[in-house]
Amino acid sequence: MTDEKKKELEALCLEFRKCLIETLHSIQTGHPGGSLSVCEILTTLYFSEANISPENIDDPNRDKIILCKGHAAPMLYLNLAKKGFFPMEEMKTLRQLNSRLQGHPCSKETPGVEASTGPLGAGYPMAVGVALADRMDGRDSYTYAILGDGELNEGVVWETALNVNKWKPDHLITIVDWNKVQLDGTTDQIMPIGDLAGKFAAFGYNVIECDGHDVAALSDAIAQAKAAKGVPSVILAHTVKGKGVSFMEGKNAWHGAPIDDASYEKAMEELGGAQ
Amino acid sequence: MGKQLREIYGEILKEVGATNNDIVVLDADVSGSTKSAIFGKAYPDRFYNCGISEYTMVGMAAGLAKMGKIPFVNTFAVFISTIGLLGARNFMSYSGLNVKYMGAYGGLSDAYDGATHHALEDIANMRALPDVDVLVPSDAASTAFIVNEAIARKQPMYIRLSRDAMPDCHPEGAVFEYGKGMIVREGTDVTLIGCGIMVSKSMEAAELLAKEGISARVVDMFSIKPLDEELIEKCAKETGAIVTAEEHNVIGGLGSAVSEAVVKTFPVPVEKVGVMDTHAESASYKDLFAKYHLNAEDIAAAAKKAIARK
Repeated sequence: MTDEKKKELEALCLEFRKCLIETLHSIQTGHPGGSLSVCEILTTLYFSEANISPENIDDPNRDKIILCKGHAAPMLYLNLAKKGFFPMEEMKTLRQLNSRLQGHPCSKETPGVEASTGPLGAGYPMAVGVALADRMDGRDSYTYAILGDGELNEGVVWETALNVNKWKPDHLITIVDWNKVQLDGTTDQIMPIGDLAGKFAAFGYNVIECDGHDVAALSDAIAQAKAAKGVPSVILAHTVKGKGVSFMEGKNAWHGAPIDDASYEKAMEELGGAQ
Repeated sequence: MGKQLREIYGEILKEVGATNNDIVVLDADVSGSTKSAIFGKAYPDRFYNCGISEYTMVGMAAGLAKMGKIPFVNTFAVFISTIGLLGARNFMSYSGLNVKYMGAYGGLSDAYDGATHHALEDIANMRALPDVDVLVPSDAASTAFIVNEAIARKQPMYIRLSRDAMPDCHPEGAVFEYGKGMIVREGTDVTLIGCGIMVSKSMEAAELLAKEGISARVVDMFSIKPLDEELIEKCAKETGAIVTAEEHNVIGGLGSAVSEAVVKTFPVPVEKVGVMDTHAESASYKDLFAKYHLNAEDIAAAAKKAIARK
């Protein structure tokens, strides 16, 4: 990744973080923690690695991004709005009556949303189905499935992992937003995941680890995943829940808490002020 | 006795699959039972045996449907309508994806395997999902019609099949219409509305009633959703009493659907024949029908009760 591209993506991430805090503060609902941790992952995909735009959305040859951890919808919407799928102005309507921007992504209503997700785990086998259809029809496109680490508690993820090993859709790239915190506490407290790299390796994946807040490192990890032929890859992206807002970082309380005025002021100050 | 419905289904898929490359079939390690193996053997590249992972199977089907495939998802009715329910709600209903759930072994048809393998709530579960159609064929001809419609229509569907063969209850060359019920016997005193095997049981009941001078109309309501409310209203008006007959809990299934329509259009007495809000047990299919009161005699008795309430 060029320095110029890196700077561009970092600037976008900062903009998205500010917009996220502003939006969630104004509507007093939504999930800040997981949206902040997945920021670089989504932004790197939409603005550097994945071939998706409003112009090619109806072309099956484009890449697909399935945000399995649907509660990070606000960060997905910010990326889609910036890509031009709908006006950024619409972010104000998030979670409100008659809005196209539902609390969790809705593929039927929202332009650019690939899959209705929210029930954790359910999006992952869907991503496998998309990748298998692409392979069946000889398309060279990639499908990215983004999972949360709390989501890995779901049995369906591991059933799917068995199926991934069986069918080997090597154009499926799984990315885990490994922020180590879930709703009720840390993953160690709630459901220890143990040797995650070892687990995925045992299921037959090519395992890649990287800093999930370093856009260049994410780009390199995706290149490595694409280079591995005949074997599906998983990128374990080490992230911080609430990344970018010091008092939210690593705190499960900010999984889905409304942002009060004082916290809003402090967060915006840390992020360098309003847009 | 005709062919097993599951065999008819498997053969049609194989036949149409020869020219329609969009058809894909998924199974959860019961393809020998569901007969999806007939397709799988013919077109291994479009067949996914996902192992015993029903939740994953329905999710994979959703992804395939998103990319324009027509996935037929197979396992026992009890499992697809319970483990598969979240997938049905999220992907078929909420997302509108063109997935077909094929519930093999509907009702009590997996008799000896016991209550864990009986499907007595599947229609209720699937019927409550917006925009998902629910279909229950009654014989070979209606199965062929429904499977062909499932291939042709871009519409999420739950189709309940049965383990056993069923007697034919439609004349040769019968013309079915999607979303419409079908009168299979005319009558004036009461209407017996059934689905699945209960249509032929209702035909038998009509014979019993005829011997007592009661004229019973019989309707095959193979489409439970969308429901032919017009036909129900017509039957209510013309016969003044209705009996529903289903191999399902009396809560939430055909009886509930018909009752909802009757109260909305032309209220008349409705008696429900079905499993009375209980689990069944291991036994022969025949013994279960007797113990849980699903036979022609039970339908005839319900008919007399409904007529008496007029």
